[in-house]
Amino acid sequence: MVKAEQKPNISVKITEREVDPDKGRDICLEVKDVNLFYGTKQALYGVDINIPRHCITAFIGPSGCGKSTLLRCFNRMNDLVDSVRINGQMLLDGEDIYEPGVDVATLRRRIGMVFQKPNPFPKSIFENVAYGLRLQGRRSRSELQDIVEQSLKGAALWDEVKDRLNDNALGLSGGQQQRLVIARAIAVEPEVLLLDEPASALDPISTTKIEELIDELKEKYTIVIVTHNMQQAARVSDYTAFMYIGRLIEFDDTNELFTAPKQRQTEDYITGRYG
Amino acid sequence: MNKGHSLQRFDEDIRAIQARFLAMGGLVERQLEESVDALAHGDDEKAGDVVHREHQINRMEVEVDRDCELILARHHPVAGDLRLVIAIMKASTDLERIGDEAEKVARMCLRGIENEAAPLLRGPSFSRASNMASKVRTMVREALDAFARLDAEAAYAVCREDKHVNQEYDAIVRQCITFMMEDPRSISRAMVLMWVVRSLERIGDHARNISEYVIFQVGGEDIRHGGLGHIEDAARSAATRQLNEPPPPEG
Repeated sequence: MVKAEQKPNISVKITEREVDPDKGRDICLEVKDVNLFYGTKQALYGVDINIPRHCITAFIGPSGCGKSTLLRCFNRMNDLVDSVRINGQMLLDGEDIYEPGVDVATLRRRIGMVFQKPNPFPKSIFENVAYGLRLQGRRSRSELQDIVEQSLKGAALWDEVKDRLNDNALGLSGGQQQRLVIARAIAVEPEVLLLDEPASALDPISTTKIEELIDELKEKYTIVIVTHNMQQAARVSDYTAFMYIGRLIEFDDTNELFTAPKQRQTEDYITGRYG
Repeated sequence: MNKGHSLQRFDEDIRAIQARFLAMGGLVERQLEESVDALAHGDDEKAGDVVHREHQINRMEVEVDRDCELILARHHPVAGDLRLVIAIMKASTDLERIGDEAEKVARMCLRGIENEAAPLLRGPSFSRASNMASKVRTMVREALDAFARLDAEAAYAVCREDKHVNQEYDAIVRQCITFMMEDPRSISRAMVLMWVVRSLERIGDHARNISEYVIFQVGGEDIRHGGLGHIEDAARSAATRQLNEPPPPEG
């Protein structure tokens, strides 16, 4: 009798992310023909991109290509800059975030952001994480304690700070501060996390912790990360968008973009043939 | 046309592994040529030289691998650069094995001379084997040319030729078996010939592997273990693959 061929049992597969048939189908953020101007200078040109839910999307490109500008559009951070003008559409779960009447504070709760330089408030570790919750009017000590603990665990920081929650956050190391800021962002249960160069000011060990954390966070959140570090984009992201002088040049599965890109400009940039 | 890397050292390192790989290819071609020549002329001195030179190919394989390892560690190549490094690492293994097979042919030649197999080697079976050897040498040369020129179509032609070499191998083996059945005294000589054509057939397979890496390098598609039809499609698509160029600047 012929036995069925046994498939080898391989527990770790580098292509595991590829085989999820639903990967990338559920779109969280849609960008439709977005143009952005700083005064008369145009910074984004007709950008179209669909950001898939529960995936990590990386924006790469040289300085001044518009990747941080585009990221900041997602939670209307550019509203804070005078003379900025945006046209086109940006939809979160199908709703235009630039519609008149959209509550920007609510939008920023749904779309959290973490910056390049850790920016903890000069308060205790506990108060940093509870800050957004207090702004929402949530005062119950036990509820705050629960959420602070869960958020710090979610940001892989709990074990390092659980015995000193009342210490000043500024006493933490750079990597810890960045994870604290991520804990503060996830405490208000956003749908999307925007990360603007979250590890560029950190040493390699802290960088690895942040990258590991990002990979865990995508289970719960949609993540968009801007990075100058191409290897970082290749390591952590599911999808990568390459931008150049305000235009989206190529957007594809990260495996595809880093092995066989379709656009000459992408190939030149990722292989180090620029300038 | 690709422009150079912004980091010139990267370009230099890439050129260095290409040059080392092709130098290794040149030595392997010479080994193959001389082993077949030695066999054709019963030249034990030439066969001995092939056996003595074999370690040089082994050393070159280690050097190519070391260079590729350094490029991976220092430059983190991606896209076309990464495919080039992978292709060179894989193809250098095939080159080394071609070197091993050429050495086997040379050793068979020496053994044949010891066993006085020369009469059979000069017979009609040997002229067929000699024809097969010439095809295989052409395959190796054209696979290396395709590698140097990144020519996917030429690489496909090598893969196609491998099929003919395999058919030739089967025919010679059948002939040898017939000889052995008809005249048991011919067994030792026929065995020498069978081992030689077995090595030639393996060399054809390695030339085909190298050609498959050329198609992978150019087009990005891994076509190993596929049929000829699949390889042809991939080679065509690789030969016509062009990255989309940016639009000309406005104004």
